[in-house]
Amino acid sequence: MSLAAVVEQNVTMPEPSTTPVLEVSGATVRFGREVALDSVDLRIFAGEVHSIMGENGAGKSTLIKALTGAIALDAGVIRMDGEVVRIPSPLDAQRLGIGAVYQEIDLLPNLSVAENIVLGREPRRRGGIDWPAMRRIASALLAELGVTIDPASPLGSHSLAVQQLVAIARAISADLRVLVLDEPTSSLDADEVAELFRVIRDLTDRGVAVLFISHFLDQVYEIGDRITVLRGGALVGEYRTTELLRIELVQKMLGRAPVARMARRSADPDSTAPVALEGRGLRRGERLRDVDIRVHEAEVVGVAGLLGSGRTELARALAGVDTTDSGTLLVDGRPTTIRGPRRGIALGIVYSSEDRRAEGIIGELTVRENIALAIQAQRGVLHLMSRARQTELAASWIEALGIRTPSPEALAGTLSGGNQQKVMLARLLALAPRVLLLDEPTRGIDVGAKVEVQNLVGELAANGMSVVFISAELEEVLRVSTRIVVLRDGLLVASLPAEATSSESLLALVTQPDDGA
Amino acid sequence: MSGTTTAVRDIGTGMRRFVGRRVSWIPVFAALGILLVLMLAGQAYFGTFITPRVLSSLLLDNAYLLILAVGMTFVIITGGIDLSVGAVLAFTAMLGARLLSEGLPAVLVIPVMLLGGSLIGLLIGVLIQFFDVQPFIASLAGLFAARGLAFLVSLSSIKVEDPLILWLQTKLFYLDGWFLSPTGIIALLVVAAGALVLHFTRFGRTIYAIGGNEQSARLMGLPVVRTKLLAYVISGACAGLAGVVFTAYQGAGYPLNGVGTELDTIAAVVIGGTLLTGGSGYVLGSMIGVFVYGMIKTAISFLGAEQSWTRITIGALLLVFVVVQRVIVSRSNRR
Amino acid sequence: MTRIFKHRLVLPIAALVALVLVNTISRPSFVSITIRDGQLYGSVIDILRNSAPLMLVALGMTIVIATRGIDLSVGALMAVSGAVALTIIDGSGSPDSPVTLTIAIIAGVAVTLVFGIWNGFLVAVLGIQPIIATLVLMLAGRGIALLITGGFITTVTSTPYKFMSQGYLLGLPFAFYVSAVAILLVAVIERRTALGVLTESVGINPEASRLAGVRSRGIVWGAYAASGLLAGFAGILYSSNIMAADANAAGQYIELDAILAVVLGGTSLMGGKFSIAGTVIGVFTIQTLKSTITFLGVPPAVSPLFMALVVVLVVLVQSRRVRTGLARLSAAVSSRKNPEVAR
Repeated sequence: MSLAAVVEQNVTMPEPSTTPVLEVSGATVRFGREVALDSVDLRIFAGEVHSIMGENGAGKSTLIKALTGAIALDAGVIRMDGEVVRIPSPLDAQRLGIGAVYQEIDLLPNLSVAENIVLGREPRRRGGIDWPAMRRIASALLAELGVTIDPASPLGSHSLAVQQLVAIARAISADLRVLVLDEPTSSLDADEVAELFRVIRDLTDRGVAVLFISHFLDQVYEIGDRITVLRGGALVGEYRTTELLRIELVQKMLGRAPVARMARRSADPDSTAPVALEGRGLRRGERLRDVDIRVHEAEVVGVAGLLGSGRTELARALAGVDTTDSGTLLVDGRPTTIRGPRRGIALGIVYSSEDRRAEGIIGELTVRENIALAIQAQRGVLHLMSRARQTELAASWIEALGIRTPSPEALAGTLSGGNQQKVMLARLLALAPRVLLLDEPTRGIDVGAKVEVQNLVGELAANGMSVVFISAELEEVLRVSTRIVVLRDGLLVASLPAEATSSESLLALVTQPDDGA
Repeated sequence: MSGTTTAVRDIGTGMRRFVGRRVSWIPVFAALGILLVLMLAGQAYFGTFITPRVLSSLLLDNAYLLILAVGMTFVIITGGIDLSVGAVLAFTAMLGARLLSEGLPAVLVIPVMLLGGSLIGLLIGVLIQFFDVQPFIASLAGLFAARGLAFLVSLSSIKVEDPLILWLQTKLFYLDGWFLSPTGIIALLVVAAGALVLHFTRFGRTIYAIGGNEQSARLMGLPVVRTKLLAYVISGACAGLAGVVFTAYQGAGYPLNGVGTELDTIAAVVIGGTLLTGGSGYVLGSMIGVFVYGMIKTAISFLGAEQSWTRITIGALLLVFVVVQRVIVSRSNRR
Repeated sequence: MTRIFKHRLVLPIAALVALVLVNTISRPSFVSITIRDGQLYGSVIDILRNSAPLMLVALGMTIVIATRGIDLSVGALMAVSGAVALTIIDGSGSPDSPVTLTIAIIAGVAVTLVFGIWNGFLVAVLGIQPIIATLVLMLAGRGIALLITGGFITTVTSTPYKFMSQGYLLGLPFAFYVSAVAILLVAVIERRTALGVLTESVGINPEASRLAGVRSRGIVWGAYAASGLLAGFAGILYSSNIMAADANAAGQYIELDAILAVVLGGTSLMGGKFSIAGTVIGVFTIQTLKSTITFLGVPPAVSPLFMALVVVLVVLVQSRRVRTGLARLSAAVSSRKNPEVAR
């Protein structure tokens, strides 16, 4: 097969038509008694970027799974180019020309880029794999996307953004009609997002339909042509982005007016409140490069910045969870070394990780045990908290934070994301900390729980606690904080009172400075 | 077409590219380094260490281990492990010896031995793949079963007098003081076959894929189920073949053969640069690992020390390797 | 939590009861206990006595497995403690003296405790995979034991030493008391202190536990140390039984038996929640199984084959596929009431 033929094969130029390339009618999915999708319709046309919007639990991921063959529809019909199709497995979806790139990049980091792109359809020669041909095909496909990397290099040696592009290259290597991108920008910086969008526009120019799933409204509005809104498993409507105001979109997603902004407390940037925790010259690898930060008592410091700007590294350094290469921590003005979470906890500094599942909740222990865990660890092995005492503790926090659980003896892993987050908070708050470092505490939880957590943070600060609140959502940072610090590329570039900041100016600070990009 | 900033970052110098492509070879080179050090040290100390005779014996005495290591490499790259190989070796050896003593011709017995090993491997693979049993436990069951079966065939050793089998070991091809037996040739052929399969077939690449991310491999449409089963079948078949070679070596089948051999095999494979976590490793590396093992055994017998020192040294070497691997991994994680 | 465990113990208990029943039916003498000179004898008594080494090792293995680890070196460590103890007794002038006995036992157990700490260091501090870390001693340990005995199988005659595995106390075998004390100690330490739940926490999610301030490193380290200590005592008992230090035979395959006992008892190999009671039942089940096999006239060397069948049976029962199959069956039955078809 000649190189040109391979390249040409992937350039699809459909005739202009009004038949959707992919159409779903009456899609219904039930899990036991729960209805995840209720007679949903979806139409995607060739050459467009279509977004599916909805809160968590609205049915987005279920719909995507049905389209990509991960689950089967209980009712409803899928059509491609007007013809009814069935998609019983991911392989069938691929064969129909529906490619998907997920957040976790389901590729093989230990194999080469070329293999990741071509494996499964690899060229043969004399009974074995033709490596040079494989590399050539991979290079050609990558070149189509404007990416020039060594196809023989291991995939794992590249950044997540590049790995994503490799995943897309794999998708386009097989007669792609629809490309599903599931939260593709969560781990990308501004440059990388721009790059991805360029590739998306390239693909749509060639007639590929792109299904763009993202919770970043700005991006949806920038790249998207049309939006389908789901709520509670049902279809709310299908709209053009140009005809739908953001506020209207949010209203349709939530079914009610968006929550009013919290009254922001006045904050004096030269606050005379004592400094509870201070970091000077904090440095860790490439991610954190010489950051000075002060956290006063009774304030909420919002940390804004893109992924990779060093927010998590900063919080972990302040809590002593990760050791720094250099720099000092000062607690109540005294230089202290905090090696490990235990020491931090002993000093009243606690950290809540952004990864609930991997670093937060102990799924197979009960809610009670999860809440009591940190206190028990502090008390030491010999002083077991009595069952009664533990239950009492758990019950009081369940009530205080409004944790929705059938009982304190329910396994923590069975709770919803929002409630798991509250359990984590309860565990940390039970320690009566002085400084609470929250890393993306509202990520992936529904709006109701989000607001509850934000209000709680405000209350805690009002009672004297210092809170450091990291979030990717600038709106949230503005709403919650009394003071905002901005991180960019591992450096702290600004520290300002929240009151005096607008979302536009914050956005400007958070993204790269003007240099033509 | 405009290049990307990321692309510019990614293109290194030709040198970096070369190394970057072959990052997973580094542990293998380390093993090679150790082998060379051993050879030189041995030569310096004993004076007669690096002779054609000694080196030829190396292959002759460890042909069985070489074959086992190839099979084990397949399994470990998929992220699994096979603890049964030593016992399967013993069982197939006993089975073969019994059949030969009943008068069956070697041409028939050898395939039966291979089949026996493959079957046990298949059973282990089925347990792992279809019943979600951990490879550790499943191959443990295989170990128990094979060991029991070996004794079931006979509680005591069975002598083998079949001329073909004995020829495999006793026929020596000479060249300038170097000698090679058919068993050695078989072992080398198995190594070559293993390397070719791993590198040039979809099956081989799927083995690596499973070790990298089984879920992704499945989503990419690779035949994960079939491949995983085959990996254990191959390991079992290699154990069967090793049984043939070992029987030729000993001239008999002992039910107590191969006790602890699975550990030697795993040690050789890990020392040879295959990561126990899966996804990376080479058959050639395992071969080097086997030679390291053999060389240590030779050195110890040269020293006149007790054979138990071999295991101790291998254990210590394994430890050093693993610690170094760990340090390298944690350093790169920090970045 | 007790509800879960009650549920979990149902199968292991059922298995043991079934095994005992089968035995009793085929040889009613199985459950008969005779009294001679104020001492109890019988198959059941034999099981209580002979299961002691496995009980000790399995208890340690339970804790290690709970931390998501494994200890493959226990068999080798048994060989080492026996070698150390018997070498001391052999070398002393007074093999019957209680002082020699105490020193020998303490020395033997101390050495394996150090090895256990070493294993713990590799896993908890250096972060090496438990299989590999303990594989090292599994390989090297028997060699070390052989070196200690100078390559021979050291035999001694010492009445008090022999007493440990052969003697009787208040009618029951002394070895049984050793078992009982170990079970009691481990249960108390794990459940009456926070050690049990903290260990489970570490096993289920090591990183989350660390962030919550749990001393993950210390707990994992301690688990291997405990395993080493218990293996040491098991080795003393074993060598007491044969009155010899056989570096190759001591504890052969006991790590496999121990893992099987732990799994039989309902503790998952993935770590986390563990059950001491389950392990105890598992040990008795395995010992009964061995007794059954011997009774059937199967040569002991072939018994591993039956153990393999048991392993397969157990994991099949515990396997998710079988479980979901059964669940689907019961769901199909119960959904008859619900008009809406359950997916």
